[in-house]
Amino acid sequence: MANPTLFQLATTTVGSGGVSSVTFSSIPATYTDLIIKASLRTDNASNLTGLITFNGSSSSFSFRQLEGNGASVASYNGTTNATNTENGTGTTASTFSSFEFYIPNYAGSNNKSFSVDSVTENNATTAYADLSANLWSNTAAITSIALAPGSTANFVQYSTFTLYGVRNY
Amino acid sequence: MSDTPIAIEVDCSTGIATERPLTADEIAARDAAAAQAEADAKAKADAEAAAAAAKASAEAKLAKLGLTADEVAAIL
Repeated sequence: MANPTLFQLATTTVGSGGVSSVTFSSIPATYTDLIIKASLRTDNASNLTGLITFNGSSSSFSFRQLEGNGASVASYNGTTNATNTENGTGTTASTFSSFEFYIPNYAGSNNKSFSVDSVTENNATTAYADLSANLWSNTAAITSIALAPGSTANFVQYSTFTLYGVRNY
Repeated sequence: MSDTPIAIEVDCSTGIATERPLTADEIAARDAAAAQAEADAKAKADAEAAAAAAKASAEAKLAKLGLTADEVAAIL
């Protein structure tokens, strides 16, 4: 049986002033899967949907998403590089969303499917729990991944992003 | 906050994180993504509102059939 092992490849914490995107570049092809764990918040008034790009490309993406918001459940689908719901400034101060991206077989020659599991934090009735199945219809090995908050917003100070490589052997 | 948006790039081969201003092309792409995000958000909000309205309508119709609130909640 495979014995998965995680290796931290890179990490960054956003400083004062915020940033419009976070990119992990020069990702080595020596792992089986990739995981990104992020704690993030944007400076946008309303909750935004995050964006992801692989190798600088934002095209050929599609997704299906399940979402609960504290009152109801819904499902969505689309053909964009959108991911899940992020905390905006309308949520409780100093609370951050928790995201996990799982990208299996990122260095292979098939199209790249991945999942995004996330929750927003909010001391109020409405908070979002999202689970998405995503596809990048491109056979290139993934060597860089960029995350952006969506719109013209920034990730705020103390948002953190960590990339792990997974070895399943 | 600076006027020009800043990006962080972390080079996994070195572990070094570099902050740099976005290029003009990146800013244009960001603006286009913003427009798309607004359209996506509106579509999502519309879908949520439609689902909530349909649920309320279904609850009202079931109540008229004589179901209690607990019975309605059990099947919706």
